[in-house]
Amino acid sequence: MTTTLRQRVWRLFVTYGFWIFTTIVTLLPIWWMFVVSMRSRVELFGRPNLSLSRFFVENYSNVLTDSAFQRYMTNSVVVSTSNALLVMGLALLATYALSRYKLTGRDNIFFWLITNRMAPPAAFLLPLYIMFTRTFRLGDWTLYDTQIGLILLYCVFNLPFAIWLLKGVIDGIPIELDDAAMIDGAGLWGVLRHVIIPLAAPGLAVTGILSWVFAWNEYLFAANLTSVQARTITTGLAEFVTVTGTNWGELAAMSMLTLIPSAIIVIVAQRYIVMGLTFGAVKE
Amino acid sequence: MRNPRTGWLLLSPTLIILLIFGFAPFLYVLFVGFNQWNVFSADDGLVFNGLDNFRRLVFDDDFLHSVGLTARFAIFAIGSEIILGFVLAQMLTRNFPGKSLFRIIHTLPLMVAPIAVGAIWRLLVIPGFGPVPFFLDRWFDLKYQIGSYPDQALWTSVIMDVWHWTPFVTLTMLAGLSAIPKEPVEQAKVDGASRFQVFWYVTLPFLRPVLLTTVFIRIMDAIRTVDEVWMLAGGGPGTRFTGIYIWRVVFPRTDYGYGSSISLITLYLTIVLCWLLFIAISGRRKGEVE
Repeated sequence: MTTTLRQRVWRLFVTYGFWIFTTIVTLLPIWWMFVVSMRSRVELFGRPNLSLSRFFVENYSNVLTDSAFQRYMTNSVVVSTSNALLVMGLALLATYALSRYKLTGRDNIFFWLITNRMAPPAAFLLPLYIMFTRTFRLGDWTLYDTQIGLILLYCVFNLPFAIWLLKGVIDGIPIELDDAAMIDGAGLWGVLRHVIIPLAAPGLAVTGILSWVFAWNEYLFAANLTSVQARTITTGLAEFVTVTGTNWGELAAMSMLTLIPSAIIVIVAQRYIVMGLTFGAVKE
Repeated sequence: MRNPRTGWLLLSPTLIILLIFGFAPFLYVLFVGFNQWNVFSADDGLVFNGLDNFRRLVFDDDFLHSVGLTARFAIFAIGSEIILGFVLAQMLTRNFPGKSLFRIIHTLPLMVAPIAVGAIWRLLVIPGFGPVPFFLDRWFDLKYQIGSYPDQALWTSVIMDVWHWTPFVTLTMLAGLSAIPKEPVEQAKVDGASRFQVFWYVTLPFLRPVLLTTVFIRIMDAIRTVDEVWMLAGGGPGTRFTGIYIWRVVFPRTDYGYGSSISLITLYLTIVLCWLLFIAISGRRKGEVE
């Protein structure tokens, strides 16, 4: 097929026109947040102005030098990273079991695992609160307001998602490869290390990334099951909306800072995200 | 060679964590759902009242209203996300300079914390300094105030959800599209199929499992949405979705027994809906293998 120059220019025009338009729509809210984060309290009111008038960094410096913010940030990093690693490990084992062993009722188990993500959070907070403050107690120590509590709890919504994602990936690895490795004398760990993990790497990477992001972004559990020591960054964000009036500038600055780590991860891992997200629904 | 016992052993840490942090609270909620219990009332005991909570729920206009709102929210938001996500993914399968940059930009909203998404959109629509009401009023002479008009609040939530979750759909669709084998598509083109026919008879059937899985995940998450909508509208009219209604019953009203029974019904409806989708997905897959 031959395309004339005119057709080619037109196609290019349409393609870039489309992308520029959607990019503006996607970035506009984030841009507005950035603009707000660069304004003092007084400047916010009056005629809305979408352009950046000046670099007013006081909101950022206030947030960054706040010791509470630093603690929240550390907690968030620790909690989401440990949770992502834990979820990757557990999900790999669980999915391998579901995919390779003839377990009684395995389809039902699989579906039950997923239903754990569906619970409406509000009503489930009370039993969790009781569990965190009374059931798990060793002397003065309770699970309430600890990082480990959040790390374990976040498995409830991350594990179902992770297992679902990995199920397709591991089902797609031919079982003959396992068998071949076993005949060569590899045990269970050998098979996992030399066959499953290398072949499932993109899927595992996505699982880790998305678990990390979901844990990083979680708010309701963190807000109700921590008080001082283990508060995460999202609860800090919500604290800016106060009765006496919201400090929008600092809230926006903090939102921008919260976005940065996940944005970096996405940019770095962009390629894997698409490779690993098929949910095994398509057999290559 | 593969002893089921080893399988159970591998599965056990996952099962233990989910039984403790997922199933035990569920049993608690199930138990309380059949009781009347106001946490802060003078006599704070549970009173067993059988199915009274559920009977009350059927006639609770606020609850029914919230279910209707949630359904509208989910249908419009997920529908738009699927269409937009598909178009974006289709555009991303082409090769053009700057593709990876656009892909990154279109993934960004997914990474913003729901609570921050709510904050951003509240900043956009808040009367006084948000640009949306200002420009709508100025250019289209449209009074826009989500606190006063329930419909506008609902649509704003839908648009916010679309902004936040379309990237996820785009990514899964892109993964699905790039895994479609090339031969059937080429063959159909050789046979003289139109673009629409290729899409309808070749691409779509291949994409069906990914599509259903994406819808499943979005339904599951849309029904329990609380934080972003709460941050946007503070539970104002038009945004009292089931998740938020439960929140209001449990916390400010502390009517815990009733809140539990609403949660149970919501959970039940979600599970039924998702089970149907699950059968559609796995049934299809079995058919292909055998």
